Amino acid sequence: MSQLILFNVFNGLIVGAFYALMALGLSLILNLSGVINFAHGGFLALGAYIAYTLMPFTGFWGALVVAPVLTAIIGLIVERILIRPLYGRDPLYSLLLTFGLAYVLEDVARAIWGAQSVPFPIPEMLTTPLSKEFFFLTGYRIFMVVLVAGAVAALFLILNRTRLGMRIRAGTSDLETVSTLGVNVRILRNLNFGLGIYLAGLAGVLAAGMLGLEPTIGTSLIMPSFVAIIVGGLGSLPGTLLGGLLIGVASGVTTVFFPSATEAVIYVMMGLVLLIRPRGLLGEEGRLT
Amino acid sequence: MNSTQHDMAFPPPGTPTAVLRRHFPSLVVWALLLAMPYWMGAVGGYTELASRVVIMGLAAMALNFLLGFTGVLSFGHAAYFGLGAYGVAMTIKYLAPSTPLGLLVGLATGTAAAMVIGGLIRKLRGVYFAMVTIAFGQVFYFVVFRWNNVTGGDDGLTGWRRVPLHLGFANVPLEASDKAFYYFALAIFAACVGAMALILRSPFGRTLVAIRENERRARFLGIPVEQHIWLSFVISALFASVAGGLYALLNNFVDPRALRWDMSGNFVIMAVLGGMRSFWGPLIGAAIFVVLQDYVSSQTENWMSFVGAFFVLVVLFFPRGVMGLLRRRVPR
Repeated sequence: MSQLILFNVFNGLIVGAFYALMALGLSLILNLSGVINFAHGGFLALGAYIAYTLMPFTGFWGALVVAPVLTAIIGLIVERILIRPLYGRDPLYSLLLTFGLAYVLEDVARAIWGAQSVPFPIPEMLTTPLSKEFFFLTGYRIFMVVLVAGAVAALFLILNRTRLGMRIRAGTSDLETVSTLGVNVRILRNLNFGLGIYLAGLAGVLAAGMLGLEPTIGTSLIMPSFVAIIVGGLGSLPGTLLGGLLIGVASGVTTVFFPSATEAVIYVMMGLVLLIRPRGLLGEEGRLT
Repeated sequence: MNSTQHDMAFPPPGTPTAVLRRHFPSLVVWALLLAMPYWMGAVGGYTELASRVVIMGLAAMALNFLLGFTGVLSFGHAAYFGLGAYGVAMTIKYLAPSTPLGLLVGLATGTAAAMVIGGLIRKLRGVYFAMVTIAFGQVFYFVVFRWNNVTGGDDGLTGWRRVPLHLGFANVPLEASDKAFYYFALAIFAACVGAMALILRSPFGRTLVAIRENERRARFLGIPVEQHIWLSFVISALFASVAGGLYALLNNFVDPRALRWDMSGNFVIMAVLGGMRSFWGPLIGAAIFVVLQDYVSSQTENWMSFVGAFFVLVVLFFPRGVMGLLRRRVPR
């Protein structure tokens, strides 16, 4: 029993890491530009499919490096053409646009790569279990957790130590002042969007290795990412990370005791957080609007 | 424009001409709706499609009560629509073969859910309100999806059909005649839309518009903004669940897609397409969307791309909707 719980906690942690990776990208874009990127799941799938296409030429490792970058470049172009005209308008419009974009991306993936799930081979060295007793600790899972942790650490380093990161953080609290100080806000938003999409692409490659790859792979991950942002706290990236891991573990544990509530439990958590602490666990005060 | 022209364009209020002029758009809409089963065939449609226009129109107008007249962005109205649909279907299947009872149960379920969720989210605004409504919308989807021995799960709830309506003095053959069902749906539509128009004209409705225009000022005037937004949310969800109930009756079937997030998105695009600032706008948007969807999905398998591209194009080039465009063209 304890092994079963341990297994599901660990499983939840991995799923939570996906949620967190995805939610961090969403959060970056939301905080700086006020855009809910509904197409984030579509970009995640795109990243995975690009990796799938590259793999025969570059191998798994090459695809892991290149695919998220290519996805991010597509993200930069999409932001430039479709989303930039909507800044400063009612957030309704960017939400609707990315909503339509999510449809298009899913359909494009289906048209190019087929509706059926395709195999996504991972290197053999990662598939073997590390110990007999803890069968669920395969190399790939450990590798994923390490990689997500590395990506999150790199993200926070970028945000805290580089000029771009500082501008993103400053823009999150007061974009107008940042603009007045001579920062090109358009480029800042563009790069920030690309950074968020990069994280989605990375999550896509990793998720495909674990779950297999089909056009709807992103759709099942986007709603929990919204929940992660709200539970973790509005406007707070560490909060988003915490929220993602927390809801992942919560749904993992629920699988043991009450399997049919696996999905619903995270929404119950969101309800409780909103009831007790509307701004979220680590949310800033006055960020409710 | 000089004053004489002005006087000609706007006769003094209260005279028959002024009254007629003010109600002219509504009269046109009602005339078109009343005759719809008869002209729908001439433009390539069918009666069932007409019913779908009316039902989706009601859902979009219900959403717009919140979106356009309170200024609050809900992206999760499919939840209440779907609860209304399941309320009807499950009542007829398990409880009693009665259409009014089914609609009442559906309405009560959707409204009760909205009361709880509205209470949780009334402090949020803007994008965060939208995000939370999207996320909460999914709860009911998963409940229905997982509880499959009662709800039929992913396959939907079958094994029930709409039943004739007994009015005491007459039987309305809802199950046999598409036209009878259309007029039944239209009667309910009329009652709901009339109620919404009355509410919007009341002091409460005016206050909602004031909150939309300037929430801070409304707050300074002592208006309990959060209560107003909560009530507006509940009213809007109530009418959406009525629409959902009619939708289940129309299809003789209901499945979890009725309460999934893409349905919520459809309602929002209908409202935007028709014009959020106009009372009748969402109905026009719904008519365009439903007819287009019917046509495109019969022509191509890639209808998702079309719908998605349609969303993008409407947002980029048509953000004020049909009514917004008409209003700009007609000089005031």
